[in-house]
Amino acid sequence: MAVIEVIGLRRTYRTTTGIVRRRPLEVEAVRGISFEVAEGRLFGLLGPNGAGKTTTIKMLITLLLPTAGEARVLGHDVVRDAREVRKGIGYVFGGERGLYERLSGLDNLRYFAELYGVTGRRQRERIDEVLELVGLRGRERERVEGYSRGMRQRLHIARGILHDPEVVFLDEPTIGVDPVGARELRAMIAGLVDAGKTVLLTTHYMFEADSLCDRIAVIARGRIVAEGTPAELKTRVADSSVVEVEVFGVEERELSRIRELPGVTSVSLEERDQAQIVTIQSPRGLELTQELPAFLDGARIGRIAAREPTLEDAYVALVTEATE
Amino acid sequence: MRYLRLIAVGVSFRVREFTVSRWFLLMCLLQPVIFATIAFYMFKAGGRPGTLLYAALGAGMMGIWSSTLFGSGGALQWNRWQGTLELLVAAPPPFIVVLLPLTIATSITGAYSLLATVFWGRVFFDVPLHLVHPALFLLAVPAAVLSLGLMGLLMASSFILYRHANALSNLLEYPVWVATGLLFPLALLPGWVAPISWLLAPRWGIDAIRHSALGGSVWFPIAMCALTGAVYLGLAAVFLRVFERAARARATLALT
Repeated sequence: MAVIEVIGLRRTYRTTTGIVRRRPLEVEAVRGISFEVAEGRLFGLLGPNGAGKTTTIKMLITLLLPTAGEARVLGHDVVRDAREVRKGIGYVFGGERGLYERLSGLDNLRYFAELYGVTGRRQRERIDEVLELVGLRGRERERVEGYSRGMRQRLHIARGILHDPEVVFLDEPTIGVDPVGARELRAMIAGLVDAGKTVLLTTHYMFEADSLCDRIAVIARGRIVAEGTPAELKTRVADSSVVEVEVFGVEERELSRIRELPGVTSVSLEERDQAQIVTIQSPRGLELTQELPAFLDGARIGRIAAREPTLEDAYVALVTEATE
Repeated sequence: MRYLRLIAVGVSFRVREFTVSRWFLLMCLLQPVIFATIAFYMFKAGGRPGTLLYAALGAGMMGIWSSTLFGSGGALQWNRWQGTLELLVAAPPPFIVVLLPLTIATSITGAYSLLATVFWGRVFFDVPLHLVHPALFLLAVPAAVLSLGLMGLLMASSFILYRHANALSNLLEYPVWVATGLLFPLALLPGWVAPISWLLAPRWGIDAIRHSALGGSVWFPIAMCALTGAVYLGLAAVFLRVFERAARARATLALT
Protein backbone atom coordinates (compact mmCIF):
# COMPACT_ATOMS: atom_id res chain seq x y z
CA MET A 1 0.00 0.00 0.00
CA ALA A 2 1.29 3.44 -0.95
CA VAL A 3 1.67 5.71 2.06
CA ILE A 4 2.87 8.64 -0.04
CA GLU A 5 1.31 9.22 -3.47
CA VAL A 6 2.46 12.06 -5.68
CA ILE A 7 0.71 12.65 -9.00
CA GLY A 8 1.84 15.34 -11.44
CA LEU A 9 2.90 17.69 -8.67
CA ARG A 10 3.99 21.17 -9.72
CA ARG A 11 5.13 24.25 -7.89
CA THR A 12 5.86 27.64 -9.42
CA TYR A 13 7.28 30.49 -7.36
CA ARG A 14 6.18 33.95 -8.39
CA THR A 15 8.45 36.82 -7.52
CA THR A 16 9.60 40.12 -9.00
CA THR A 17 12.89 41.35 -10.36
CA GLY A 18 14.25 44.89 -10.66
CA ILE A 19 14.28 47.73 -8.16
CA VAL A 20 12.52 50.68 -9.77
CA ARG A 21 10.56 48.93 -12.51
CA ARG A 22 9.52 45.60 -11.09
CA ARG A 23 8.89 42.78 -13.49
CA PRO A 24 7.12 39.57 -12.53
CA LEU A 25 9.30 36.48 -12.55
CA GLU A 26 8.17 32.86 -12.42
CA VAL A 27 10.43 30.05 -11.32
CA GLU A 28 9.24 26.50 -11.92
CA ALA A 29 10.77 24.61 -9.02
CA VAL A 30 8.86 21.34 -9.47
CA ARG A 31 7.53 20.41 -12.92
CA GLY A 32 4.99 17.64 -12.70
CA ILE A 33 6.60 14.85 -10.69
CA SER A 34 4.95 11.56 -9.78
CA PHE A 35 6.07 8.79 -7.46
CA GLU A 36 4.81 6.49 -4.72
CA VAL A 37 6.34 5.30 -1.47
CA ALA A 38 5.16 2.00 -0.03
CA GLU A 39 4.56 1.46 3.68
CA GLY A 40 7.69 0.78 5.73
CA ARG A 41 10.05 1.75 2.90
CA LEU A 42 12.82 4.28 2.72
CA PHE A 43 12.51 6.31 -0.45
CA GLY A 44 15.30 8.65 -1.53
CA LEU A 45 14.86 11.82 -3.50
CA LEU A 46 18.27 12.52 -4.92
CA GLY A 47 19.29 15.65 -6.75
CA PRO A 48 21.65 18.62 -6.88
CA ASN A 49 21.00 21.92 -5.09
CA GLY A 50 17.97 23.68 -6.54
CA ALA A 51 16.58 20.49 -8.12
CA GLY A 52 13.25 20.80 -6.28
CA LYS A 53 13.78 18.34 -3.41
CA THR A 54 12.97 20.69 -0.55
CA THR A 55 10.03 22.22 -2.43
CA THR A 56 8.61 18.71 -2.93
CA ILE A 57 8.99 17.88 0.76
CA LYS A 58 7.43 21.19 1.80
CA MET A 59 4.39 20.45 -0.34
CA LEU A 60 4.08 16.98 1.17
CA ILE A 61 4.28 18.28 4.74
CA THR A 62 1.65 20.96 3.95
CA LEU A 63 3.93 24.00 4.21
CA LEU A 64 3.51 24.91 0.55
CA LEU A 65 0.48 24.66 -1.67
CA PRO A 66 1.11 22.92 -5.00
CA THR A 67 0.47 24.96 -8.13
CA ALA A 68 -0.95 21.86 -9.83
CA GLY A 69 -1.18 18.11 -9.38
CA GLU A 70 -2.05 16.27 -6.20
CA ALA A 71 -0.40 14.44 -3.35
CA ARG A 72 -1.69 12.21 -0.58
CA VAL A 73 0.04 11.19 2.61
CA LEU A 74 -1.52 8.35 4.63
CA GLY A 75 -4.50 8.66 2.27
CA HIS A 76 -5.08 12.35 3.11
CA ASP A 77 -4.86 15.08 0.52
CA VAL A 78 -2.07 17.52 1.44
CA VAL A 79 -4.20 20.54 0.49
CA ARG A 80 -7.72 19.62 1.61
CA ASP A 81 -6.84 17.53 4.69
CA ALA A 82 -3.73 19.37 5.85
CA ARG A 83 -4.49 18.87 9.55
CA GLU A 84 -4.91 15.10 9.18
CA VAL A 85 -1.63 14.92 7.27
CA ARG A 86 0.13 16.95 9.97
CA LYS A 87 -1.02 14.58 12.72
CA GLY A 88 0.54 11.54 11.08
CA ILE A 89 3.90 12.88 9.95
CA GLY A 90 7.20 14.03 11.38
CA TYR A 91 9.83 15.98 9.51
CA VAL A 92 13.39 17.06 9.95
CA PHE A 93 15.16 19.79 8.00
CA GLY A 94 18.92 19.72 7.73
CA GLY A 95 21.03 22.60 9.06
CA GLU A 96 21.23 24.48 12.29
CA ARG A 97 17.97 26.40 12.19
CA GLY A 98 14.61 25.29 13.54
CA LEU A 99 15.33 25.17 17.27
CA TYR A 100 14.80 27.55 20.18
CA GLU A 101 18.43 28.41 20.78
CA ARG A 102 18.10 30.21 24.11
CA LEU A 103 16.27 27.34 25.75
CA SER A 104 17.43 23.84 26.59
CA GLY A 105 17.02 20.77 24.43
CA LEU A 106 14.52 19.48 26.99
CA ASP A 107 12.48 22.70 26.83
CA ASN A 108 12.37 22.35 23.05
CA LEU A 109 11.20 18.74 23.23
CA ARG A 110 8.58 19.46 25.89
CA TYR A 111 7.11 22.29 23.84
CA PHE A 112 6.91 20.27 20.64
CA ALA A 113 5.48 17.31 22.56
CA GLU A 114 2.65 19.58 23.70
CA LEU A 115 2.11 20.84 20.15
CA TYR A 116 1.67 17.24 19.01
CA GLY A 117 -0.59 16.28 21.89
CA VAL A 118 1.96 14.12 23.73
CA THR A 119 1.24 15.06 27.33
CA GLY A 120 1.64 13.91 30.94
CA ARG A 121 3.41 10.66 31.74
CA ARG A 122 3.53 9.64 28.09
CA GLN A 123 5.45 12.85 27.38
CA ARG A 124 8.11 12.08 29.99
CA GLU A 125 8.47 8.49 28.77
CA ARG A 126 8.63 9.48 25.12
CA ILE A 127 11.19 12.26 25.72
CA ASP A 128 13.35 9.75 27.61
CA GLU A 129 13.07 7.28 24.74
CA VAL A 130 14.01 9.74 22.00
CA LEU A 131 16.86 11.24 24.03
CA GLU A 132 18.25 7.73 24.43
CA LEU A 133 17.71 6.98 20.75
CA VAL A 134 19.52 10.08 19.49
CA GLY A 135 22.24 9.89 22.15
CA LEU A 136 21.52 13.22 23.84
CA ARG A 137 20.81 11.86 27.31
CA GLY A 138 22.73 13.87 29.88
CA ARG A 139 22.95 16.96 27.64
CA GLU A 140 19.23 17.74 27.47
CA ARG A 141 19.29 20.47 30.12
CA GLU A 142 21.94 22.52 28.32
CA ARG A 143 20.95 25.48 26.16
CA VAL A 144 20.75 24.61 22.46
CA GLU A 145 22.99 27.57 21.55
CA GLY A 146 25.89 25.58 23.06
CA TYR A 147 25.17 22.42 21.02
CA SER A 148 27.43 21.28 18.20
CA ARG A 149 25.97 20.91 14.73
CA GLY A 150 25.71 17.14 15.16
CA MET A 151 23.89 17.53 18.47
CA ARG A 152 21.45 19.99 16.93
CA GLN A 153 20.75 17.55 14.14
CA ARG A 154 20.10 14.80 16.70
CA LEU A 155 17.73 17.13 18.52
CA HIS A 156 15.97 17.85 15.22
CA ILE A 157 15.45 14.12 14.72
CA ALA A 158 14.28 13.69 18.31
CA ARG A 159 11.75 16.47 17.76
CA GLY A 160 10.63 14.99 14.46
CA ILE A 161 9.83 11.54 15.88
CA LEU A 162 8.66 12.61 19.34
CA HIS A 163 5.00 11.91 18.59
CA ASP A 164 5.82 8.55 17.00
CA PRO A 165 4.64 9.47 13.48
CA GLU A 166 3.97 6.84 10.83
CA VAL A 167 5.76 8.80 8.12
CA VAL A 168 9.01 10.72 8.54
CA PHE A 169 10.34 13.27 6.05
CA LEU A 170 14.06 13.95 6.28
CA ASP A 171 15.42 16.85 4.22
CA GLU A 172 19.20 16.49 3.95
CA PRO A 173 19.54 15.43 7.59
CA THR A 174 23.29 14.88 7.50
CA ILE A 175 24.25 18.10 5.76
CA GLY A 176 27.23 19.75 7.42
CA VAL A 177 27.61 17.01 10.03
CA ASP A 178 31.09 15.50 10.52
CA PRO A 179 31.67 11.98 9.08
CA VAL A 180 31.35 10.14 12.41
CA GLY A 181 28.21 12.06 13.35
CA ALA A 182 26.75 11.51 9.87
CA ARG A 183 27.35 7.78 10.14
CA GLU A 184 25.52 7.70 13.47
CA LEU A 185 22.65 9.68 11.98
CA ARG A 186 22.43 7.21 9.10
CA ALA A 187 22.26 4.34 11.58
CA MET A 188 19.46 6.21 13.33
CA ILE A 189 17.58 6.63 10.04
CA ALA A 190 17.96 2.92 9.27
CA GLY A 191 16.58 2.27 12.76
CA LEU A 192 13.44 4.25 11.93
CA VAL A 193 12.70 1.96 8.99
CA ASP A 194 13.41 -1.10 11.16
CA ALA A 195 10.80 0.28 13.56
CA GLY A 196 8.24 0.24 10.72
CA LYS A 197 8.26 3.91 9.74
CA THR A 198 7.94 5.05 6.15
CA VAL A 199 10.73 7.49 5.39
CA LEU A 200 11.21 9.96 2.56
CA LEU A 201 14.81 11.17 2.53
CA THR A 202 16.32 13.87 0.37
CA THR A 203 20.05 13.99 -0.02
CA HIS A 204 22.74 14.79 -2.52
CA TYR A 205 25.14 12.31 -0.97
CA MET A 206 25.17 9.28 -3.23
CA PHE A 207 26.61 6.79 -0.77
CA GLU A 208 23.94 7.82 1.72
CA ALA A 209 21.17 7.06 -0.75
CA ASP A 210 22.89 3.85 -1.82
CA SER A 211 23.31 2.54 1.70
CA LEU A 212 19.88 3.55 3.05
CA CYS A 213 17.24 3.66 0.32
CA ASP A 214 15.01 0.89 -1.01
CA ARG A 215 14.16 3.05 -4.00
CA ILE A 216 15.58 6.27 -5.35
CA ALA A 217 14.16 8.96 -7.61
CA VAL A 218 16.73 11.23 -9.21
CA ILE A 219 15.38 14.75 -9.56
CA ALA A 220 16.95 17.49 -11.68
CA ARG A 221 15.50 20.86 -12.65
CA GLY A 222 12.20 19.93 -11.08
CA ARG A 223 11.71 16.69 -13.00
CA ILE A 224 12.27 13.09 -12.04
CA VAL A 225 14.82 11.81 -14.52
CA ALA A 226 15.11 8.24 -13.21
CA GLU A 227 13.57 6.03 -10.57
CA GLY A 228 14.44 2.57 -9.33
CA THR A 229 16.38 0.59 -6.78
CA PRO A 230 20.04 1.56 -6.34
CA ALA A 231 20.99 -1.59 -8.29
CA GLU A 232 18.66 -0.69 -11.16
CA LEU A 233 20.12 2.80 -11.38
CA LYS A 234 23.63 1.39 -11.44
CA THR A 235 22.81 -0.77 -14.46
CA ARG A 236 22.23 2.46 -16.42
CA VAL A 237 25.97 3.01 -16.43
CA ALA A 238 27.00 -0.68 -16.52
CA ASP A 239 28.24 -0.28 -20.09
CA SER A 240 30.27 2.78 -19.24
CA SER A 241 33.79 3.23 -18.09
CA VAL A 242 35.02 5.98 -15.84
CA VAL A 243 38.34 7.77 -15.86
CA GLU A 244 39.42 9.88 -12.90
CA VAL A 245 42.15 12.43 -13.38
CA GLU A 246 43.81 14.23 -10.48
CA VAL A 247 44.69 17.75 -11.60
CA PHE A 248 45.81 21.06 -10.15
CA GLY A 249 44.54 24.33 -11.63
CA VAL A 250 42.10 23.06 -14.26
CA GLU A 251 39.62 25.59 -15.64
CA GLU A 252 36.17 25.37 -17.23
CA ARG A 253 37.70 25.96 -20.69
CA GLU A 254 39.59 22.64 -20.51
CA LEU A 255 36.54 20.77 -19.21
CA SER A 256 34.44 22.07 -22.09
CA ARG A 257 36.99 20.74 -24.56
CA ILE A 258 36.81 17.28 -22.97
CA ARG A 259 32.99 17.39 -23.06
CA GLU A 260 33.16 17.86 -26.81
CA LEU A 261 35.26 14.72 -27.31
CA PRO A 262 33.33 12.07 -29.30
CA GLY A 263 31.78 9.46 -26.99
CA VAL A 264 32.19 11.40 -23.71
CA THR A 265 28.86 11.24 -21.86
CA SER A 266 29.65 13.36 -18.80
CA VAL A 267 32.44 15.36 -17.22
CA SER A 268 32.36 16.50 -13.61
CA LEU A 269 34.78 18.31 -11.35
CA GLU A 270 35.23 17.80 -7.62
CA GLU A 271 37.51 19.75 -5.30
CA ARG A 272 39.36 17.36 -3.00
CA ASP A 273 41.81 18.91 -0.51
CA GLN A 274 44.47 20.72 -2.58
CA ALA A 275 43.67 18.84 -5.79
CA GLN A 276 40.77 18.68 -8.23
CA ILE A 277 39.35 15.41 -9.51
CA VAL A 278 37.96 15.39 -13.06
CA THR A 279 35.65 12.41 -13.64
CA ILE A 280 34.93 11.48 -17.24
CA GLN A 281 32.33 8.91 -18.31
CA SER A 282 32.31 7.30 -21.72
CA PRO A 283 31.08 4.06 -23.30
CA ARG A 284 33.10 0.98 -22.32
CA GLY A 285 35.94 0.35 -24.74
CA LEU A 286 36.62 3.99 -25.55
CA GLU A 287 40.25 4.63 -24.66
CA LEU A 288 40.68 8.12 -23.24
CA THR A 289 43.64 7.91 -20.88
CA GLN A 290 46.20 8.53 -23.64
CA GLU A 291 44.36 11.52 -25.12
CA LEU A 292 43.37 13.34 -21.96
CA PRO A 293 46.68 15.03 -21.03
CA ALA A 294 46.61 16.94 -24.32
CA PHE A 295 43.17 18.32 -23.47
CA LEU A 296 44.25 19.37 -19.99
CA ASP A 297 46.98 21.58 -21.33
CA GLY A 298 47.90 24.21 -18.77
CA ALA A 299 46.87 22.20 -15.70
CA ARG A 300 49.30 20.11 -13.66
CA ILE A 301 48.24 16.47 -13.96
CA GLY A 302 48.60 13.91 -11.19
CA ARG A 303 47.23 10.39 -11.16
CA ILE A 304 45.04 9.05 -13.99
CA ALA A 305 42.98 5.93 -13.25
CA ALA A 306 40.16 4.00 -14.90
CA ARG A 307 37.56 2.32 -12.67
CA GLU A 308 34.15 0.61 -12.66
CA PRO A 309 31.12 2.96 -12.55
CA THR A 310 29.31 3.50 -9.24
CA LEU A 311 25.85 4.80 -8.32
CA GLU A 312 27.40 8.24 -8.10
CA ASP A 313 28.46 7.97 -11.74
CA ALA A 314 24.94 6.93 -12.69
CA TYR A 315 23.61 9.96 -10.82
CA VAL A 316 26.11 12.35 -12.40
CA ALA A 317 25.28 10.99 -15.87
CA LEU A 318 21.54 11.39 -15.26
CA VAL A 319 21.82 14.90 -13.86
CA THR A 320 24.24 15.99 -16.57
CA GLU A 321 21.91 14.68 -19.23
CA ALA A 322 18.94 16.44 -17.65
CA THR A 323 20.65 19.79 -17.23
CA GLU A 324 22.38 20.00 -20.62
CA MET B 1 -9.41 21.32 27.03
CA ARG B 2 -6.32 20.21 25.13
CA TYR B 3 -6.06 23.63 23.50
CA LEU B 4 -6.39 25.42 26.87
CA ARG B 5 -3.51 23.32 28.18
CA LEU B 6 -1.52 24.07 25.04
CA ILE B 7 -2.13 27.81 25.51
CA ALA B 8 -1.05 27.65 29.17
CA VAL B 9 2.10 25.63 28.40
CA GLY B 10 2.80 27.89 25.41
CA VAL B 11 2.56 31.06 27.52
CA SER B 12 4.95 29.62 30.11
CA PHE B 13 7.36 28.52 27.35
CA ARG B 14 7.30 31.92 25.66
CA VAL B 15 7.65 33.94 28.88
CA ARG B 16 10.72 31.83 29.69
CA GLU B 17 12.06 32.39 26.19
CA PHE B 18 11.66 36.18 26.44
CA THR B 19 12.91 36.37 30.00
CA VAL B 20 16.23 34.71 29.13
CA SER B 21 16.78 37.44 26.54
CA ARG B 22 18.58 40.19 28.44
CA TRP B 23 18.02 42.62 25.59
CA PHE B 24 14.26 42.12 25.71
CA LEU B 25 14.23 42.49 29.48
CA LEU B 26 16.31 45.64 29.28
CA MET B 27 13.81 47.10 26.81
CA CYS B 28 10.94 46.22 29.14
CA LEU B 29 12.59 47.72 32.21
CA LEU B 30 14.83 50.55 31.11
CA GLN B 31 12.72 52.37 28.53
CA PRO B 32 9.61 52.79 30.73
CA VAL B 33 11.76 53.91 33.65
CA ILE B 34 13.29 56.62 31.47
CA PHE B 35 9.86 57.78 30.33
CA ALA B 36 8.55 57.62 33.89
CA THR B 37 11.45 59.76 35.12
CA ILE B 38 10.77 62.41 32.46
CA ALA B 39 7.06 62.35 33.32
CA PHE B 40 7.77 62.67 37.06
CA TYR B 41 9.88 65.78 36.50
CA MET B 42 7.30 67.25 34.12
CA PHE B 43 4.48 66.70 36.57
CA LYS B 44 6.58 68.06 39.45
CA ALA B 45 7.57 71.13 37.42
CA GLY B 46 3.90 71.65 36.60
CA GLY B 47 3.11 71.68 40.30
CA ARG B 48 0.94 68.55 40.11
CA PRO B 49 2.73 66.14 42.44
CA GLY B 50 -0.54 64.38 43.28
CA THR B 51 -0.60 62.87 39.80
CA LEU B 52 2.76 61.10 40.05
CA LEU B 53 1.08 57.69 40.36
CA TYR B 54 -0.95 58.62 37.28
CA ALA B 55 2.33 59.18 35.43
CA ALA B 56 3.93 55.97 36.81
CA LEU B 57 1.02 53.82 35.68
CA GLY B 58 0.94 55.49 32.27
CA ALA B 59 4.67 54.92 31.76
CA GLY B 60 4.24 51.28 32.82
CA MET B 61 1.43 50.84 30.32
CA MET B 62 3.63 52.39 27.62
CA GLY B 63 6.11 49.61 28.34
CA ILE B 64 3.42 46.92 28.05
CA TRP B 65 2.32 48.38 24.72
CA SER B 66 5.89 48.57 23.38
CA SER B 67 6.62 45.02 24.49
CA THR B 68 3.43 43.75 22.84
CA LEU B 69 4.02 45.73 19.67
CA PHE B 70 7.64 44.78 19.15
CA GLY B 71 7.28 41.37 20.77
CA SER B 72 4.36 40.20 18.63
CA GLY B 73 5.86 41.38 15.37
CA GLY B 74 9.47 40.75 16.28
CA ALA B 75 8.85 37.32 17.79
CA LEU B 76 7.16 36.10 14.64
CA GLN B 77 9.98 37.48 12.53
CA TRP B 78 12.47 35.96 14.95
CA ASN B 79 10.72 32.59 14.58
CA ARG B 80 10.98 33.00 10.83
CA TRP B 81 14.71 33.80 11.11
CA GLN B 82 15.48 30.84 13.33
CA GLY B 83 13.44 28.50 11.14
CA THR B 84 10.79 27.68 13.74
CA LEU B 85 7.85 29.48 12.10
CA GLU B 86 7.39 26.65 9.62
CA LEU B 87 7.41 24.14 12.48
CA LEU B 88 4.69 26.07 14.27
CA VAL B 89 2.50 26.39 11.17
CA ALA B 90 2.92 22.70 10.30
CA ALA B 91 1.90 21.56 13.79
CA PRO B 92 -1.56 19.92 13.98
CA PRO B 93 -3.39 22.47 16.22
CA PRO B 94 -5.00 25.53 14.60
CA PHE B 95 -2.34 28.19 14.21
CA ILE B 96 -4.25 30.66 16.36
CA VAL B 97 -3.81 28.32 19.35
CA VAL B 98 -0.06 28.22 18.67
CA LEU B 99 0.31 31.97 18.13
CA LEU B 100 -1.89 33.24 20.95
CA PRO B 101 0.49 32.19 23.77
CA LEU B 102 3.30 34.04 22.01
CA THR B 103 1.47 37.35 21.91
CA ILE B 104 0.06 37.02 25.42
CA ALA B 105 3.57 36.26 26.67
CA THR B 106 4.85 39.51 25.14
CA SER B 107 2.22 41.44 27.12
CA ILE B 108 2.99 39.53 30.31
CA THR B 109 6.68 40.26 29.89
CA GLY B 110 5.67 43.87 29.25
CA ALA B 111 3.95 43.92 32.64
CA TYR B 112 7.45 43.93 34.13
CA SER B 113 7.43 47.56 32.95
CA LEU B 114 4.53 48.41 35.23
CA LEU B 115 6.32 46.90 38.21
CA ALA B 116 9.50 48.76 37.26
CA THR B 117 7.89 52.20 36.93
CA VAL B 118 5.89 51.86 40.14
CA PHE B 119 8.99 50.66 42.02
CA TRP B 120 11.12 53.44 40.52
CA GLY B 121 8.55 56.08 41.40
CA ARG B 122 8.18 54.80 44.95
CA VAL B 123 11.91 54.62 45.68
CA PHE B 124 13.18 57.76 43.92
CA PHE B 125 10.19 60.09 43.69
CA ASP B 126 8.15 59.18 46.78
CA VAL B 127 5.14 58.32 44.66
CA PRO B 128 2.33 57.35 47.04
CA LEU B 129 1.23 53.76 46.55
CA HIS B 130 -2.21 54.09 48.00
CA LEU B 131 -4.67 52.23 45.75
CA VAL B 132 -8.34 53.18 45.94
CA HIS B 133 -9.56 49.70 44.84
CA PRO B 134 -6.68 47.24 45.44
CA ALA B 135 -8.74 44.15 44.57
CA LEU B 136 -9.97 45.69 41.33
CA PHE B 137 -6.41 46.77 40.54
CA LEU B 138 -5.42 43.09 40.64
CA LEU B 139 -8.20 42.40 38.14
CA ALA B 140 -7.52 45.44 35.95
CA VAL B 141 -3.87 44.59 35.30
CA PRO B 142 -4.46 41.08 33.88
CA ALA B 143 -7.47 42.38 31.92
CA ALA B 144 -5.28 45.05 30.33
CA VAL B 145 -2.45 42.59 29.69
CA LEU B 146 -4.78 40.04 28.10
CA SER B 147 -6.53 42.56 25.86
CA LEU B 148 -3.16 43.89 24.68
CA GLY B 149 -2.02 40.33 24.02
CA LEU B 150 -5.09 39.80 21.84
CA MET B 151 -4.37 43.05 20.02
CA GLY B 152 -0.85 41.70 19.45
CA LEU B 153 -2.42 38.55 18.00
CA LEU B 154 -4.39 40.63 15.51
CA MET B 155 -1.24 42.49 14.45
CA ALA B 156 0.83 39.31 14.27
CA SER B 157 -1.71 37.70 11.95
CA SER B 158 -0.58 40.05 9.20
CA PHE B 159 3.09 39.51 10.01
CA ILE B 160 2.79 35.86 8.96
CA LEU B 161 1.95 36.89 5.40
CA TYR B 162 4.23 39.88 4.91
CA ARG B 163 7.85 39.20 5.79
CA HIS B 164 8.66 42.81 6.66
CA ALA B 165 5.32 43.90 8.09
CA ASN B 166 6.82 44.15 11.56
CA ALA B 167 8.60 47.30 10.33
CA LEU B 168 5.17 48.91 10.83
CA SER B 169 5.76 48.43 14.55
CA ASN B 170 8.03 51.46 14.52
CA LEU B 171 5.21 53.61 13.17
CA LEU B 172 2.64 52.48 15.69
CA GLU B 173 4.47 52.94 18.99
CA TYR B 174 4.22 56.71 19.59
CA PRO B 175 0.80 57.39 18.02
CA VAL B 176 -0.82 54.78 20.27
CA TRP B 177 0.92 56.17 23.35
CA VAL B 178 -0.59 59.56 22.55
CA ALA B 179 -3.98 58.47 21.19
CA THR B 180 -4.82 56.25 24.14
CA GLY B 181 -4.01 58.73 26.89
CA LEU B 182 -0.98 56.95 28.30
CA LEU B 183 1.08 60.15 28.46
CA PHE B 184 -1.56 62.77 29.20
CA PRO B 185 -5.36 62.90 29.43
CA LEU B 186 -7.29 62.43 26.20
CA ALA B 187 -9.30 65.52 27.06
CA LEU B 188 -6.27 67.60 26.04
CA LEU B 189 -6.38 66.19 22.49
CA PRO B 190 -8.73 67.15 19.61
CA GLY B 191 -12.18 65.57 19.77
CA TRP B 192 -11.62 63.25 16.79
CA VAL B 193 -8.93 61.31 18.68
CA ALA B 194 -11.40 59.88 21.20
CA PRO B 195 -13.33 57.61 18.76
CA ILE B 196 -10.02 56.20 17.57
CA SER B 197 -8.98 55.44 21.13
CA TRP B 198 -12.21 53.47 21.70
CA LEU B 199 -10.92 50.84 19.27
CA LEU B 200 -7.60 50.44 21.02
CA ALA B 201 -7.12 48.14 24.00
CA PRO B 202 -4.43 50.30 25.70
CA ARG B 203 -7.05 53.05 26.16
CA TRP B 204 -9.34 50.77 28.17
CA GLY B 205 -6.43 49.03 29.87
CA ILE B 206 -4.96 52.24 31.24
CA ASP B 207 -8.42 53.52 32.24
CA ALA B 208 -9.06 50.31 34.19
CA ILE B 209 -5.66 50.44 35.91
CA ARG B 210 -5.77 54.17 36.69
CA HIS B 211 -9.35 54.17 37.89
CA SER B 212 -8.70 51.21 40.21
CA ALA B 213 -5.65 52.99 41.61
CA LEU B 214 -6.81 56.62 41.70
CA GLY B 215 -10.59 56.28 41.75
CA GLY B 216 -13.27 56.20 39.09
CA SER B 217 -15.33 53.66 37.21
CA VAL B 218 -13.40 50.38 36.92
CA TRP B 219 -15.92 47.87 35.63
CA PHE B 220 -16.71 49.72 32.42
CA PRO B 221 -13.10 49.86 31.15
CA ILE B 222 -12.60 46.22 32.23
CA ALA B 223 -15.68 45.27 30.22
CA MET B 224 -14.32 47.25 27.26
CA CYS B 225 -11.00 45.39 27.61
CA ALA B 226 -12.97 42.14 27.34
CA LEU B 227 -15.03 43.41 24.41
CA THR B 228 -12.11 44.77 22.38
CA GLY B 229 -10.17 41.58 23.18
CA ALA B 230 -13.03 39.43 21.88
CA VAL B 231 -13.24 41.50 18.68
CA TYR B 232 -9.47 41.21 18.16
CA LEU B 233 -9.67 37.44 18.74
CA GLY B 234 -12.50 37.02 16.22
CA LEU B 235 -10.76 39.12 13.56
CA ALA B 236 -7.43 37.36 14.17
CA ALA B 237 -9.10 33.94 13.78
CA VAL B 238 -10.46 34.96 10.36
CA PHE B 239 -7.24 36.69 9.25
CA LEU B 240 -5.04 33.79 10.36
CA ARG B 241 -7.10 31.26 8.45
CA VAL B 242 -6.90 33.36 5.30
CA PHE B 243 -3.31 34.53 5.76
CA GLU B 244 -1.94 31.10 6.67
CA ARG B 245 -3.27 29.69 3.41
CA ALA B 246 -1.99 32.72 1.50
CA ALA B 247 1.44 32.32 3.13
CA ARG B 248 1.53 28.66 2.01
CA ALA B 249 0.60 29.77 -1.51
CA ARG B 250 3.13 32.61 -1.61
CA ALA B 251 5.86 30.71 0.25
CA THR B 252 6.47 33.44 2.83
CA LEU B 253 6.79 31.20 5.88
CA ALA B 254 10.51 30.70 5.40
CA LEU B 255 13.25 33.11 4.50
CA THR B 256 14.25 31.08 1.46
